[in-house]
Amino acid sequence: MSDYVELMGFGPKGWGLLMVQATLMTIAVSAAAFALGSVLGALVAWARIEGNRLVRLAADVYTTVLRGIPDLLVIYLLYFGGSQALTALAHLLGAKGFVGVNSFAAGAIAVGIISGAYQGEIFRGAFNAIARGELEAARSVGMPRLLLFRRIIVPQALRFAIPGLGNVWQLALKESALISVVGLTEILRQAQVGAGSTRQPFEFFITAAVLYLLLSTFSGMAFQRAEFVAMRGVRRS
Amino acid sequence: MDSDFLLQTLRLLISGVPLTLQLAFYSIAAGAVFAVLLALMRLSGSRVLDYAARSYVFVFRGTPLLVQIFLIYYGLGQFPEIRQSLLWPFLREPYWCALLALTLNTAAYSSEIIRGGILSVPFGQIEAARACGMSRALIFRRIVVPQGLIVALPAYGNEIILMTRSTALASVITLMEVTGIASKIISETFRAVEVFVCAGAIYLILNFAISRAIALLERRLSPQARGAKLAADVPEPAR
Repeated sequence: MSDYVELMGFGPKGWGLLMVQATLMTIAVSAAAFALGSVLGALVAWARIEGNRLVRLAADVYTTVLRGIPDLLVIYLLYFGGSQALTALAHLLGAKGFVGVNSFAAGAIAVGIISGAYQGEIFRGAFNAIARGELEAARSVGMPRLLLFRRIIVPQALRFAIPGLGNVWQLALKESALISVVGLTEILRQAQVGAGSTRQPFEFFITAAVLYLLLSTFSGMAFQRAEFVAMRGVRRS
Repeated sequence: MDSDFLLQTLRLLISGVPLTLQLAFYSIAAGAVFAVLLALMRLSGSRVLDYAARSYVFVFRGTPLLVQIFLIYYGLGQFPEIRQSLLWPFLREPYWCALLALTLNTAAYSSEIIRGGILSVPFGQIEAARACGMSRALIFRRIVVPQGLIVALPAYGNEIILMTRSTALASVITLMEVTGIASKIISETFRAVEVFVCAGAIYLILNFAISRAIALLERRLSPQARGAKLAADVPEPAR
């Protein structure tokens, strides 16, 4: 046990600081992905509610494809496909050699695109939970569409969307582990590096598992708190 | 895009489909058995069993599958006790490690789905069955399972599709299923887009087939949806 404390501690031989940095990286990349997913999700929800047939079809295809294809493939596509495109562009401009995409960007965009497919459904469900009368009332007092969106739709839809968004956040957190395959030093990648150089994989992967559990537990509590605060004004039967 | 490369890629990728399906099928089947056990533990009324199942589900749902795979594949081999045990011939193979990790993972998710299905059976029905003198096992088989199954099926179908998707992670520990082959071709040719299109098409077809099969099963299991009339609704034939 004391060996473990020394291994994961903050002493000269300890990996503690590196693991903490990796945890911050996991949080950063998941948050970036989640934010991108929210934007895409909002667009998908809008497409399915208001869009014409073509836009609706595009949203449908996006959701079905991204929910059916392994996340790992999407990450490979963005990382290698992105590098391929960048290299071609660089060669066009006269540069030589290979240009790689930043693994943070490729990973965050990949996980963001995946979580956007899930968030679209959540936002649509939340919008449908708003009472029709409220939208009608807002229209009848002559609110412009943007104001109606900002004052009536967003505050209420967001409130209904919190539980679903919490689930997607947990999903993004866990999917961020896959970004380790393209070399981003987040929790799992750092654990792999440590396992390789100390030959103690069990300690490192258990630590990684505990870090993920802590992240998901605390963020779960935060979402529950947010739901409690947001729902205070709603009367429950 | 040249069609020669696409066709050749597709042919190579299809050779990985059997392994993908095998991993998905075995892990889902074994996971289902384990999941029923976990669900029964949670509903057993025993505090110890309930707590054990609860912690299991918490740990396996709260950590990424990839971490679980690494922990089993790289982590367990660290202990001499395991290297000398009878299990080592299995735990040494990436195939069995991937299968074990996938099974343990899907068991945690499915146990909650199954528990929801069991809880959805109205208590009055169980009470009535008890009043008729049915034994607990008989109640479970005749009353709880047929009704709970139909409630749990849509969510369980989703889980099956998610698992088929998750088998891709086995490629990280060197298994050459569809995604493993895809990543090999990508690193050899650097034509990510073409390979992605082919591999993506294979997964979409697999998932489409699975979701159709689930929908069919759902129809078969619910007589109302088939349009069959319940016995009470059929009018008495005129004499």
